[in-house]
Amino acid sequence: MRPRPLSPHMSIYRMSRYSLLTSFANRAAGAGLSVGLLALVYWLTALARGARAYARAQEVLGSDPARLVYAGVIAAFSYHLVAGIRHLVWDTGRGMEKAQSQRSAWVVIAAAIVLALVSGWWAFRAREGV
Amino acid sequence: MSLQTPLGKVRGLGTAGNGVHHWWVQRLTAVALLPLGVWLLVSLVTLPALDFVTLVSWIGGTWTATLLTVFILTASWHSRLGLQVIIEDYVHDQGLKTTSLVLSGFVHIILAAFGVFAVLRIAFGSPL
Repeated sequence: MRPRPLSPHMSIYRMSRYSLLTSFANRAAGAGLSVGLLALVYWLTALARGARAYARAQEVLGSDPARLVYAGVIAAFSYHLVAGIRHLVWDTGRGMEKAQSQRSAWVVIAAAIVLALVSGWWAFRAREGV
Repeated sequence: MSLQTPLGKVRGLGTAGNGVHHWWVQRLTAVALLPLGVWLLVSLVTLPALDFVTLVSWIGGTWTATLLTVFILTASWHSRLGLQVIIEDYVHDQGLKTTSLVLSGFVHIILAAFGVFAVLRIAFGSPL
């Protein structure tokens, strides 16, 4: 296997503070969403195995640690969605100036917080069957 | 014309030659996941109830089952590509790196297979 290109090393690559932070956070959120995908597949598989298997799985799926995972997935999804759009805009060559990327970093953080709070509030409202 | 030196060629240095494909597929799946991800989030949070019957009849619907299948495949692919880059950047031991990459690939294929099978079983078999 030939060596594949790596991301610029932090020691020799100077990026503005918030761009670096938001870009790293996008990776972390993406890795978190991989865990979310695992949870989604576990949930679907439990449902596919029938009502009794699902009732057993609900001891795990309805537990407090699981709720913490759902909250984390909602936060990670909100962030990864907004920050991902920013990366797609960057891919077109736009918004790469230092001042622009500093400004868009704040837009991303603010939009992600709003999206996470709205969907979290809506997701965790009282619903039958929880 | 190749600008690679003969010594570099022998040592196998230089780019892997497939970085653009990785980059492109990551972006392609990202764009596809924008509407799919928003659809899944909105659907999940607006479900009126979360009991077994409601969930199974929602997942078993033609639209949901189709879009969920596409979502699982696309998200698994995107996740594999994303984790691959993270592993390549942060795992420096060559043996551990290769093992992690292979393992991650296997896990993602199994994950996708479980997910798609579960959706299809619910859609076709309605396990009530």
